Amino acid sequence: MLKIEAVLQPSKLDAVKDALLEAGIEGMTILEARGHGRQKGHTEFYRGREYTVDLLPKIKIELVVTDDQKEKALQAIIGAARTGRIGDGKIFISGVDDAIRIRNDERGEAAI
Amino acid sequence: MHCGMKLSFLSAILGIPSLALAQPAAQDTQAQIAALQQAVKSAQAASASAQSAGDNAWMLTSAALVLLMTGPGLALFYGGLVRKKNVLGTMMQSFAMMGLVTIIWAVVGYSLAFGPGNLFIGDFQHLFLRGVGLAPNPAYAPTIPEQTFMIYQLMFAIITPALITGAFAERMKFSAMALFLSLWSLIVYCPMAHMVWGVGGLLNASGGHIPSLDFAGGTVVHITSGVSALVTCIYLGKRAGYPYTKMQPHSMVISFIGACLLWVGWFGFNAGSALGSSSLATSAFVNTHFAAAAAAVGWSIAEWIRNGKPTALGAISGAVAGLVAITPASGFVQPMSALAIGFLAGFFCFFMVFIVKGFFGYDDSLDAFGVHGAGGTLGALLTGLFAASVINPVFKDSAGNPLPSGAIDGHWSQMLNQFAGVAIAWSISIVGTLALLFVVDKFVGLRLSPEQEAEGLDLSQHNEEGYDLNS
Repeated sequence: MLKIEAVLQPSKLDAVKDALLEAGIEGMTILEARGHGRQKGHTEFYRGREYTVDLLPKIKIELVVTDDQKEKALQAIIGAARTGRIGDGKIFISGVDDAIRIRNDERGEAAI
Repeated sequence: MHCGMKLSFLSAILGIPSLALAQPAAQDTQAQIAALQQAVKSAQAASASAQSAGDNAWMLTSAALVLLMTGPGLALFYGGLVRKKNVLGTMMQSFAMMGLVTIIWAVVGYSLAFGPGNLFIGDFQHLFLRGVGLAPNPAYAPTIPEQTFMIYQLMFAIITPALITGAFAERMKFSAMALFLSLWSLIVYCPMAHMVWGVGGLLNASGGHIPSLDFAGGTVVHITSGVSALVTCIYLGKRAGYPYTKMQPHSMVISFIGACLLWVGWFGFNAGSALGSSSLATSAFVNTHFAAAAAAVGWSIAEWIRNGKPTALGAISGAVAGLVAITPASGFVQPMSALAIGFLAGFFCFFMVFIVKGFFGYDDSLDAFGVHGAGGTLGALLTGLFAASVINPVFKDSAGNPLPSGAIDGHWSQMLNQFAGVAIAWSISIVGTLALLFVVDKFVGLRLSPEQEAEGLDLSQHNEEGYDLNS
């Protein structure tokens, strides 16, 4: 089992969600986040006063998948979220020891 | 013979067949004269009552429109421009004026502003509104109940101190604010209103020693509030972290709604200052709208050139600047002059906010001085330039013929009167505000503690929050 965390442009959320569903990934958790990578921020002006906004609004999705689903899931995310411009986001992958479905104590891959 | 002429004249205007008046019998003629006199009297009474009804309807509407400028107009405009931890506290400052100044006005303020008094201030004749009833006061507005005039003027007294709150936003204690602005309305507003609009006032356009033109409050409202705002923000010091910490407006949408409500309310402010539903009200209405539009365009152009993009905040700030600048001129100038005044105000206030404020480094947080002080001063001076007697023959010779009003009309010395009005408004604002700040600081303390300031007005002063999105 793996956990995939992907930071995305907020406007790409729907496309990514649909692509994941199409790829057969059933569950995900979504967080509204702020952050920046190399993109840095932008500048806003209010009555001539300049404000640099360096933490930009982002969407972070978290999903846990089986090892077999990994490539399908990654391709779905990348295919839907890529524009080719700076700021498209990043994906992080890490191992998961166990999973438990609270409703009925199912464990492991059966629980995701 | 004379009697016959008069009769035929009366019969002509009343539409009575003149044949009936040709009866030779003297007694009949006498009776007919009496009947006609009666008819004329009742026609006059009916027309006066119709005018009174029309004027009163417009003036009550205008009073409501001017109140709309403070709440919600100004409260929203200022509320959106502060950080979200201060939104309720900022709105409360405007709302508090609706409560406090109303009580002060009813008890003593109206009397100090519009009682006969002397050159500088009214008296206590109308204490507790004594003698201010439903009959008109011909000295001010002969066609509306004096209580209408009183409540209309009250709305001006409410918004004027509320405008100052923009300069000391996010850092003054609620208690100090309430005390300071209540006293300010007595010490600065009432004398200034009396000097400009009160019977026997020093600057009164009709009959004052220095007849200064101020139709709806360029000096009385905008210079006093704007200059007092500048004094207050310098006395109080900058907000903690200014100008390095980010302090951008938390909701431009709220400010946008507020500014548009100000624009609408301003029709009551300026056109209502005709004190009746006359053609002069139309003139002021048109001028008000033209100046606001021209200034919004002017500010936006300036910003576009300087920063590369026109902003929403710039456009609405420009509109308010235009409304401020046209206020003293609205009932004196022609529509094309109003466009010019608005355009100039848009550029000038932009310059004051973008360049001058940064140069001197004072923290006029929401630009109460940059818009109201600067725009009011510019407007008061331009009124002397553009005032036209064809719009409002305010100056007359002994035979009642209109004399030129402003400089372009041919009355150059009016510029001096306008300068005098501006100078007096600046002086009383600086002296009165400094004295009050000193006293209130001694007794109550003006400023929030650093912890309270960091926490925000809403929690530290009112124990509540403007937005709790989790509830």
